[in-house]
Amino acid sequence: MSATAEHPILDPAKAQPFPVAALPVLKNSQLRKNVAHAIDVIGAKRTRVVLEKTDWQALRASASRIKDEALGNLAAYLEQFEERCTAAGGQVHWAADAADARRIILELLRAEGADEVINIKTMTSGEIQLNPFLEAAGIKAYETDLAEIILQLGEGEPSHIVVPALHVNRGQVRDIFARAMGIPNLCDEPEALTAAARSYLRQKFLTVPAAISGANFLIAETGAVAIVESEGNGRMCLTLPRTMITLVGIEKVLPRFEDLEVMLQLLARSATGERMSPYTSLWTGVTPGDGPQKFHVVLLDNGRSGILRRPKERQTLRCIRCGACMNNCPVYRQTGGHAYGSVYPGPIGAILTPQLEQLKHAQSLPYASSLCGACYEVCPVRINIPEILIDLRAQVTDQERGTAKKFFDPMYVGLRGANVIFARPWLFHAAQWLGRVGLKFFTRKDGWIHALPGVGAKWTETRDLRGLPRQTFHEWWAERAADPSHLSRKDKDAAKVGHPQVSESLGRPGAGAESDEQRADSLILPGKGAK
Amino acid sequence: MRASLFITCYNDTLFPETGRAAVRLLERLGVEVEFRSGQTCCGQMHANAGFRREAFSQARRLVRLYADAEAVVSPSSSCVAMIRDQYPGLFEELGDEKLREQFAALLPRVYELSEFLVDRLGVEDVGAYFPHRVTYHASCHGLRALELGERPYKLLRRVRGLELMPLRNLERCCGFGGTFSVKNGEVSSAMLTTKLEDVLAAGAEYCTALDNSCLMHLGGRMHRQCADMKTIHMAEILAATETSPAEVVG
Repeated sequence: MSATAEHPILDPAKAQPFPVAALPVLKNSQLRKNVAHAIDVIGAKRTRVVLEKTDWQALRASASRIKDEALGNLAAYLEQFEERCTAAGGQVHWAADAADARRIILELLRAEGADEVINIKTMTSGEIQLNPFLEAAGIKAYETDLAEIILQLGEGEPSHIVVPALHVNRGQVRDIFARAMGIPNLCDEPEALTAAARSYLRQKFLTVPAAISGANFLIAETGAVAIVESEGNGRMCLTLPRTMITLVGIEKVLPRFEDLEVMLQLLARSATGERMSPYTSLWTGVTPGDGPQKFHVVLLDNGRSGILRRPKERQTLRCIRCGACMNNCPVYRQTGGHAYGSVYPGPIGAILTPQLEQLKHAQSLPYASSLCGACYEVCPVRINIPEILIDLRAQVTDQERGTAKKFFDPMYVGLRGANVIFARPWLFHAAQWLGRVGLKFFTRKDGWIHALPGVGAKWTETRDLRGLPRQTFHEWWAERAADPSHLSRKDKDAAKVGHPQVSESLGRPGAGAESDEQRADSLILPGKGAK
Repeated sequence: MRASLFITCYNDTLFPETGRAAVRLLERLGVEVEFRSGQTCCGQMHANAGFRREAFSQARRLVRLYADAEAVVSPSSSCVAMIRDQYPGLFEELGDEKLREQFAALLPRVYELSEFLVDRLGVEDVGAYFPHRVTYHASCHGLRALELGERPYKLLRRVRGLELMPLRNLERCCGFGGTFSVKNGEVSSAMLTTKLEDVLAAGAEYCTALDNSCLMHLGGRMHRQCADMKTIHMAEILAATETSPAEVVG
């Protein structure tokens, strides 16, 4: 089965490699326009509210310290959370992997006798592919977040962790709602669309007995759970159903309540460009007579403790899922989220997914980056994403280099060869000569290469390549060193009108001697001045 | 002041005019330039492709080669970023103690060209003349890894005759990314298309940078679509004078 722009596959085990999965999106200009417009709007809002914080860098530093402290003592903080949450009337379950978590949740829902459940937007339920699992077990899950409703009714897949339907524009939303809700004359004004979603949802909130949420933070000190949201659907789920199940990654625990002061400032500004999220909800266990009377927390490992063991990769677990990395990623800007083949797209997905999959799948994701560093620059918890991408590439290479399939792969052959060459300057110089001679056959009269075979074609499909100059720098240097005549007249003249320091260099051996080479080069350098 | 020019494998092979310009510029400023012929590659390509052991052996070669240099100057921001950002991790993981010490002693003496001019020599007016409209592409490594900041602008603003054209979305990557440009050729190319729209909109005759890898990417597409703009390394602009203009001009 192959993915298309309309039906992407967000399962790392089944998804195609990133360069292939990106192709349908690159051909879909409407989708690319929607993505670029959406992230540019959010990005500009973010920049505005970040600039007004004079202590932004200090906040980032303190957030990464808080997360590192939590991750450094994770078992202890989780146990503390369990103890406090249990004391407040909640029940904590430990899930080693996705299958474990799915089973626990299904049992909890069956015990409740639920055949329907409402979801607050949660990344973890996407990660363990909970909805299709529940559906197969006879339990229908309804999304309550507006964007998730759009995707659920339109049978689409999320392409962003904060704004999952950012690739869908409002005309498309209208069409989906009109069809799925049976309102053929619905207009595409945002007010009309949200009103339609509201009446669709209200009935679910009042009748469905159980809700599933994720969590932005767990507080070890108090046993509290915190979520932030924009629409109030979370608040409804937290108050109306009888049973509440929170599925949360183990890395979400914070040591103290006061840590929220740092985290919430960073999260709202980084995620949606707001000073504060419209709804910040905190709850601790069960309050008799108010809200859900049964409360369960499912702590999900699913590969996280493996990430924790690697000192460099551990910072991946600082992530607070703000999405700033993807909003500022020039790769994501072109491909959107679906090409990443996981519910976690963008730069964070490129490092998180392969690690959650223990590099059994998603090996192409660490290469889905030009290493430009924009993600690291905006990350509110200072995850050095480029560093981890490179580290994961090294792990993929170690995994692949011994295999017969990759041994003759042009990239592997080339890089192995280059290593032999770079270790020996004479061989490097010989290779330069060979390259010059070899590429001459492909160099046109204008001095440029327009088409190359093999791997080179990946370059020349869309770009020209200037032909190799006839003389390398080190050849020029050797020639110059052998020539006893030094400063040329031209440079002496330049020196007179130039910088005061220039005079110091006059008459000193080794300086100048440019004009002749220059004249020679204008003859030998192909492509000079040519277009 | 004696500076050792680390030309980089890439410039040595593909852009020798940048090296020649750097020599001419530095010598004009009174710097004694030396060139160690044993140099090849800093290991960036291998490191970024995940070939860590290979990158390490190249890194070790480079550190030993320049151990006694007074200063090492390179006209490539990504190679300097490799040395500054990735060598420490490589040596920590694979290196011996002596090598780490050697590297720690060398590191403060390694400069990207604009750093060397502005920070080490304390020069902003290098006596250059380049009567053209120029836009500056702040390569990702120069911008974020080396944090070159105002340095390139300080140098360009003092070039006589040069009109600096602002570039919108300055911080956005051109999509080169080394092997990324081939491994993810289609995505890389789409990024280039987006970037080039901004670059061409600057209305300059030349697009300059402190890294020829971005310039090769931008220039390759400019040539493909017969754009009315060329690329030139900043060393060549700074080396140009009234009597000895830049090589590409004409």
